[in-house]
Amino acid sequence: MISIRKLYKTYKGAAVPALNGIGFDVRKGEIFGLAGPDGSGKTTLFRILATLLEPDQGMILMQDMDVVREYRKIRKIIGYMPGRFSLYPDLSVSENLRFFATIHGTTPDKNFDIIRPIYESLEPFKHRPAGKLSGGMKQKLALCSALIHQPSVLLLDEPTTGVDPVSRKEFWDILEDLRVTGMTIMVSTPYMDEAARCDRIGLIRHGQIMALDTPHGIIQQFPKPLYSLKAPNIRKILPQIKDHKGVDSCYSFGNSLHITLREGYAPERIFGNHGEMCRTGFQWDQIQPTIEDCFIQLMHTHEN
Amino acid sequence: MKRFNAILWKEFRHVFRDSKTMLMLFGLPVIQILLFGFALSHEIKKAPILVVDQAVNASSHKIIEKFRANEQFELVNLARNIDEIKAEFFKGRIQMAVVIPVDFEASHYASEPAEIQLIADASNPNIATNLVRFAAGIIREIEREWSPQNRTSIAIRTETSMIYNPDMSSATTFVPGLIALILLLVCVLMTSVSIVREKEQGHMEVLLVSPMHPVTFVLAKATPYLALSLINLGVILAMSIWILHIPIAGSMVLLFIVSMLLILTALALGLWISTVTRTQETAMMFALLGMLLPTLLFTGFMFPIENMPVALQYFSFLVPSRWYYSMANDIMIKGLGFGAVWKEILILGGMTILLLGLSIRGFKHRLI
Amino acid sequence: MKTEPIICVDKLSRRFGDFTAVDQISFSVERGEIFGFLGANGAGKTTAIRMLTGLLRPSAGEGKVAGFDIYQETESIKKNIGYMSQAFSLYTNLTVWENIEFFAGIYGMQFRDIHQKGKVLVQQLGMENMASSLVADIPMGWRQKLAFSVAIIHQPKLVFLDEPTGGVDPITRRQFWDLIYEATSSGITAFVTTHYMDEVEYFDRVSIMVDGRIAAMDSPSGLKDIYNVRSMDEVFYQVARNQSPLS
Repeated sequence: MISIRKLYKTYKGAAVPALNGIGFDVRKGEIFGLAGPDGSGKTTLFRILATLLEPDQGMILMQDMDVVREYRKIRKIIGYMPGRFSLYPDLSVSENLRFFATIHGTTPDKNFDIIRPIYESLEPFKHRPAGKLSGGMKQKLALCSALIHQPSVLLLDEPTTGVDPVSRKEFWDILEDLRVTGMTIMVSTPYMDEAARCDRIGLIRHGQIMALDTPHGIIQQFPKPLYSLKAPNIRKILPQIKDHKGVDSCYSFGNSLHITLREGYAPERIFGNHGEMCRTGFQWDQIQPTIEDCFIQLMHTHEN
Repeated sequence: MKRFNAILWKEFRHVFRDSKTMLMLFGLPVIQILLFGFALSHEIKKAPILVVDQAVNASSHKIIEKFRANEQFELVNLARNIDEIKAEFFKGRIQMAVVIPVDFEASHYASEPAEIQLIADASNPNIATNLVRFAAGIIREIEREWSPQNRTSIAIRTETSMIYNPDMSSATTFVPGLIALILLLVCVLMTSVSIVREKEQGHMEVLLVSPMHPVTFVLAKATPYLALSLINLGVILAMSIWILHIPIAGSMVLLFIVSMLLILTALALGLWISTVTRTQETAMMFALLGMLLPTLLFTGFMFPIENMPVALQYFSFLVPSRWYYSMANDIMIKGLGFGAVWKEILILGGMTILLLGLSIRGFKHRLI
Repeated sequence: MKTEPIICVDKLSRRFGDFTAVDQISFSVERGEIFGFLGANGAGKTTAIRMLTGLLRPSAGEGKVAGFDIYQETESIKKNIGYMSQAFSLYTNLTVWENIEFFAGIYGMQFRDIHQKGKVLVQQLGMENMASSLVADIPMGWRQKLAFSVAIIHQPKLVFLDEPTGGVDPITRRQFWDLIYEATSSGITAFVTTHYMDEVEYFDRVSIMVDGRIAAMDSPSGLKDIYNVRSMDEVFYQVARNQSPLS
C-alpha cells in the first residue's frame, strides 16, 4: 500500500537531517506504528506522507501513486490527523464535522457508519465549541473529521499525546475496530506500550529505523535474556548494580530494575538463587522484554 | 529589581535576535526622516500656470516675463483667449491661470486701477491659497516697479476666483484620501491576517490535505471583507454628503466603480502579503507599517506629490491609493467622467492582476 | 518532632459559574516526598495545581503551601516553589546560559549566586560544551533535564512538575527521574503529574482525581492491593471508571 524508499529531509538551517535515508513498506489494511521520541523524525515523515512537505531525496508510493508528484490525487484518499489540534476551537462539534465533510466533498450523513461508534461519545457535546472539549474528546473529534470522507489511508500523528491513559486505551480500541473496515492506518506514538497494539512497528530514532517487525518479532530480536529485579530499596541499589562488572545494562521500570548481563555471568551469581528472598532481599525473575526494553536495548547498542 | 533586570535583559536579547524587528525599529525612523525631510513641503515650486494674454502689448509682455522668470511658477502655456483655461484645468495641466484683460495698457495710463484676474484650482485649498498669494505678491512688485518716485502709484487690482471647490473646503480634498486610506488598510490588514491566522493556528495543515482548491479558499476568505468594505464606503460617502456637505460633482456610479477597483487591489495586496508572511504579527506589521506610511505620504491628500523630488514622485506610482485619489478627485470635485480616469483604472487593474498572479504562484501547496 | 507538611489543603474547591472544577479536595504532602497527582483530562488537575501555585484564587476551602496561605500569601508561595510544565519551560531563542540567568534572576537570586550555581548546574548536567548554544539547537532530552534543573536552581522547598517527561526517549526519561530522585533526597518535595503509568511506581504516594474529587490516594503498592490488580494502569482504569475496589 505504501512504499517508502531512501527518504532524506533536512530542515533549513538544521545541523542534522530530520530523516536520514528512511525506508519501509506498509501493507494494506494493517495498523502500522512508528514509535520513537520527540525529534526522531515521526512528524516529518507524516507530513511528507500527507503531502505537506517535500522530501529532499527519496520516493514514496501510495496505492501506486507518487506522493510528491501526484499530491492532489493522494489528498483525496488520505485522512490526516496532525500532532496538534487543528480544528476550529470556536466552532461546535457538529459545525466542525459539517465543515470538514463539505471541504472533502461529502456530508456527515453519507459516511456516518464509519464514525458512528466514535461519535456516540461526542454526541452529548455536539453543540459545545471544540475548544472547550477535554483532550480525549478533541482527539475523537479530530479522528472523526479525518474519517468523514472514508479515506483508504489514515495518518495519525501522535494522536494520544497528552491524553490520559483511559482515553488512550479507548482510542486504540477504536483503531482496532477501524482495521476491520480494511483501512490502512499509520500511527506515530512516543508511548512504547501503545506500539505493542499495532500489527507491525517501526522503531525510529534520529531519522532512521532501528528495527521493523511485528511486536512479537521485535521482542524475539532481543539479543540476551532479560531479568527483572525487585528489592525493598531499589533506588539505592541501582547504582551498585549498574557498576557491577557483570551487568551490561540496568534500567528502572517502575518498581523493578530490568537488567541484562555480560557474557559469562549468571544471574544466580549476582542476585542469589532464583525464587528465594535471600539475604540480600532480592527477588529476580527472567522476563519477556517489552517494546520499551527493546527500544532501550537498541539505543544502548547504538551508543556503545 | 533583580527581576526587573532579568526580564529587561531577556527582552533585549529577544529583540536583537529578531532581525525583522530590528530592521523596523531602526530602519523606519531613518526612512521617515529622509522622507519627511525631502518629500514633504507645501511650498510652491514650479507650479504650472497658464497666462492668457488678451492685451498683447508691451505691458502685458512685461507681466508675462515677470511670471516666467519667477522660479515658483512654470509657465506651461500662453494663450489668447479664455476658452483655453477650462481645457487646461480639465486636463490637470495647470494649477492657476493668470488672465490679462484686453484693455490692460489703456487702464494703466488712465490711472484707473488695472485688473488682472487669477483663477486657481481649489481642489487643494492650501495650494490654491499659496499660489494666489504669491501671484499677488509678484503683481505688487510689478506695481512698485512701474510707479516712478514722484508720480501717483499705479494700482493693479487682482481679482481672484477659485475653480473647483469654490467653498475651499479642506474636507473635500481630504475625504477621497481618507476613503482610500480606510479601504486600503481594512482590506489589506484583515485579509492578510485572516489567512495567516489559519497558517499560524494549524488549520492550514488539515485544509491543505483536502481536495479544496486554493482559489476557493482565497475567494471565500476575501469576500467578507469585500462586502464589509463596500458597506464602509457607502457609510463614508453618505456621511460626507449629508453631514459634511461635500458636493459630488460627478457620477456616483463611477465613483463606486473606481472604489470597488481599489478594494480589489487592496484585497489582492492582502493576499500577497499572506503568502509571504507566516505569523499574524508579521502580517500586521507588514500591512500597517508597510502600507500606512506610503499611503499617508504618497496618496496626495496630505502632501502634494507635485512638490516632491522626482524620484519620490515616481515612487508614488507604486502606491495604489495615489491613483485612486486622483480618480476620486476628478470625479468628486471636478465632475469628470470616464474619459478622465480610464488610465488610472487600467493602472489599478494591472496592479490587481499582477498581485493576484504573484499570490497564486506564491501560495504554498505545502506547509513549507 | 514531625515537620509541617509542605502542602496541606482542606476541602479546597473552585467553581467557574455553575461548573465545579475542583470539589472539596483534602490532602497533605510531606517534605521530601515524591507525590503523584493523576487524573483524566478535564478532571480538575490543572485547576487544582493553579490554586496550589498561587495562580488562581480558590472558591472555598483552606490551604497552605510551603507554610504560606494560598489566599493571602501567594507571593511568598511563588518565591518558594519551582515550576516546570510540558507546555513551556525554556526560551528557545536564548542560549542555555541565558535561560539559566533569566530564570534565576526571576526567582530573585543574587547575581553572584546565579553565576556560581549556574556553573555547577551546567557541570552536573554535563552541558559545558552546550552552554552557549541556543536552546532551540540542543536535543530534546537535554532540554527537559535543563528545564528541571533551572526550575530548582533557587533551591525551592517544592517543585511542581507538569508532565515533565512527555515525548522524551526512554533512556532520557530515566535520567530525568535520576535527577528528581537526587533533588528529593536533598529535601525538595516533588509534585508531579504524568500520563506514563510506569512512572507512577516511582511515587511515594499517588492521588487520582475524577470529576473534581480525589477518588483514590495511597502509595502505588497500597492502591494495587486495594484494587487487587497488578499494575497502576489497571488501578487508574478502575478508578477512572468509578469502579469500587471490591468489584
